Amino acid sequence: MLRTLHKIPGLIAALLIVVIALSGTFLSVFPALEVAQAPAQSETDLTVATLADRVVLAYPGVEQIRRAPSGQITAFYFDGGRPGAMVIDPATGQGVENYEPSAIQRWMTNLHRSLFLDDAGRLTAAAGAASLLVLSLSGLMLTARRVGGWRRIFSRLRGPLLGRLHVELARLTVVGLLLSSTTALFMTASTFGLVPEDGDPPAFPTEVSGQTGAVPGAISLLRDTPVAALRELTFPYPVDSTDVFTLKTASGAGYLDQGTGVTLVWMNHGLWQRVTETIYMLHTGHGAAWLGILLGLMALGAPVMAGTGVILWVQARRTRPRIKSNTAAGQADTILLVGSEGGSTWGFAATLHLALTQAGQKVHTGAMSQFTPSRYKRAQRVIVLAATYGEGSAPASANGFLDRLAALPQAPEIPLAVLGFGDRQFPEFCGYVADVKRVADEKGWSQLLPMATVDRQSPQEFARWGRDLGQALNHPLELSHSPATPHSHVLTLISRRDYGAKVQAPAAILRFAIPNAGLLARLTGHEFSRFSAGDLLGIIPEGSTVPRFYSLASGYSDGFVEICVSRHPSGLCSGQLLDLTPGQSVQGFVRRNFDFRIASNTKPVILIGAGTGIGPLAGFARGNHPGRPMHLYFGARHPNSDLFYGEELQNWQADGRLTSVTTAFSRTSARAYVQDALRADSARVVRLIGEGAQVLVCGGRDMAAGVVDTLADILAPAGLTPDLLKTEGRYVEDTY
Amino acid sequence: MKTLLYALALSTALTVPAMARPVTLTTNMNSYGGDGAYLALYVTDAQGAYQGSLWMAGGKSKYYTHLSDWYRATQGNPAEINGITGASVGAGRQLKITLDLADALFDAGYELHIDVSAEDMRDSPSEVVVSLTTQGAGQPVPGRRYIRDFTYDM
Repeated sequence: MLRTLHKIPGLIAALLIVVIALSGTFLSVFPALEVAQAPAQSETDLTVATLADRVVLAYPGVEQIRRAPSGQITAFYFDGGRPGAMVIDPATGQGVENYEPSAIQRWMTNLHRSLFLDDAGRLTAAAGAASLLVLSLSGLMLTARRVGGWRRIFSRLRGPLLGRLHVELARLTVVGLLLSSTTALFMTASTFGLVPEDGDPPAFPTEVSGQTGAVPGAISLLRDTPVAALRELTFPYPVDSTDVFTLKTASGAGYLDQGTGVTLVWMNHGLWQRVTETIYMLHTGHGAAWLGILLGLMALGAPVMAGTGVILWVQARRTRPRIKSNTAAGQADTILLVGSEGGSTWGFAATLHLALTQAGQKVHTGAMSQFTPSRYKRAQRVIVLAATYGEGSAPASANGFLDRLAALPQAPEIPLAVLGFGDRQFPEFCGYVADVKRVADEKGWSQLLPMATVDRQSPQEFARWGRDLGQALNHPLELSHSPATPHSHVLTLISRRDYGAKVQAPAAILRFAIPNAGLLARLTGHEFSRFSAGDLLGIIPEGSTVPRFYSLASGYSDGFVEICVSRHPSGLCSGQLLDLTPGQSVQGFVRRNFDFRIASNTKPVILIGAGTGIGPLAGFARGNHPGRPMHLYFGARHPNSDLFYGEELQNWQADGRLTSVTTAFSRTSARAYVQDALRADSARVVRLIGEGAQVLVCGGRDMAAGVVDTLADILAPAGLTPDLLKTEGRYVEDTY
Repeated sequence: MKTLLYALALSTALTVPAMARPVTLTTNMNSYGGDGAYLALYVTDAQGAYQGSLWMAGGKSKYYTHLSDWYRATQGNPAEINGITGASVGAGRQLKITLDLADALFDAGYELHIDVSAEDMRDSPSEVVVSLTTQGAGQPVPGRRYIRDFTYDM
């Protein structure tokens, strides 16, 4: 719901908001320019009386003196029947230049507020402001949800760069966008007479003295009014003895007799007038030039966010399959909730949605984060399909689900079915789904059928669960799902370097050429993705549809695709890879791995890896700039057999890309593991982490667990733990 | 521009239909370099006492206070311009209206006034003041600031 509220007005109003924001930024400069150009008022206690006398002397035909919020004073006068207007130096009363309102400012103002379409345009622009307001509020709430609560609204962001940029900009500019959009709506309402007004200006006096000739300097109210408070002083018609002086100040307006100088009528501004003037000032910056500049700069965030927002929307649409004939939550008899990180679980959900719909059910499929049982008015059952993100945490589309479930006063009465998706190679296999199941059980939520899991997108396991579900629903249910693999490319081997033969553990560094994309592939977005070291290369072995993933040891800018692979005893994919000779090829694609990245700062980096886990670490070292401290701890079996990248490590140390390289060999007399190397070097490790170093670990799971234990011991005296570093994003792992 | 035939309810004495004739009022605006101007066309007697309104160019009543002579006389009473309101007039454009005016308005000392106001610019009350006479018909009268000339034709 919240996401829809953010997305729909965003897409519709994006272009409108871009126009309004850019013109607004342009306009925000004018108040400051006017302040800078207005002749300064040196006498702080200058009164309207003195100023008016000076102007009358210089321009006997003066009919009005105006003071703008910038301090600019303008005199309007007739000279020999011709109207004139001058910007006045208050010190002399003399004009310094002709007063000419800026044509570009007027043009831009009309674009900004009405798109040159008069009232219809004003309403359109107001709709743009309203969209901006809705977007700001819904965006704030989405951000709070994403980072896990309002108190963490300014915490560090994770995920793809574009999404981060969108939210970073939003956090920086949302205050200004909220202020500008609400004041814009108020001003439009005021223009259309929807804001209360304080009633008429003071009524013209019915009786005047009939005398003429009072000079401003002799009128006491003008002598008591400082120039800073002046808005307008209008002089009586030269030949009309019934006319009066009209004075408008910051506090009120009234009429003064042109013969006696007495105040005939005076009325202070009412509350609504002051409110309206304040809102005008806040929106335009007239009278608050620096605020105006600030708001103008913040408005620049809007076009960028419109651009990134639309791109994010397109990207999200691409990764998610289209759910056809999706029923509204309130009308559906089956609620299908999806917790997906990369998008593959959505594919299973689409298959299930289709099968259930064909069986005659009305199905609503949505993200787990949209879980709102109160809306499921006609639902008979809830089905949850969820993957697990990282080590047991919620996948992206399931953020907040557990909190909402836990916060329910009681479990929904309709039964629940849970299916988990994961990879049994990982210790936290379906860890998040287990949490969902546990919380549901604690709530006493009844089960439609026992929780089941699907390992590595197995179509067989999914089909089996479907038959069980069909039994529970009393109708046959056949789920035939072939996992959609990303568009893969032909990767041709350029070179290979072999290791490990002597220790009966064959392994190789394989280097492929970056596939060339044709024009059509580029236009349709099917070109080989850009990648960085630490991203994953998915290889689809012959005879299988399920990809295996390898950490990339090179970045796009290196000009080649490199991985480090060891042969698994019964591994289908590693076997095929290690049998490749230069010129042969495999099918592959890139999956981005945004959490396994070097932080973009200048703090030290500690790389820890063993075996083929050196791959991405070598990629990081290759891409490092000399000057940024980078320390590598590397565990291998024997220096003569599997010291991957041995030559490069020396070169990178020599040219400064690596500050230090510490190796540990398990099959030499030392019998050391990388944990032992860390322990031996603990003083330096503690010092580096104290300096803010980031730790990146890559290798087998046992090694990674050993490193965590070792670092926990080393860091304990300093009051630090690897868990603490993980929450700060300073300890990241890529394990297999 | 718009040509409107209109029976004006100035006062019963002045609008006996048999004694009325169509009069065309043509106002040509200067290129004053601003947004569309609000214009109030109204009639006073020789002493300047308000008699009635002929036309209001500009739709938002909240800006009528800037037509200060007209506003002073009417207190902005919307009944004064009910049914005789049109769009504001842009710089360099022409406002042309045709009304049935009572014969008794002419050669009797009545004056036609035009107040003008444009956003963020100087208000110009009684920018044009012209006596309604049969001889004066067809004679262009210049304005002071926003109006290049004004003519009434019978």
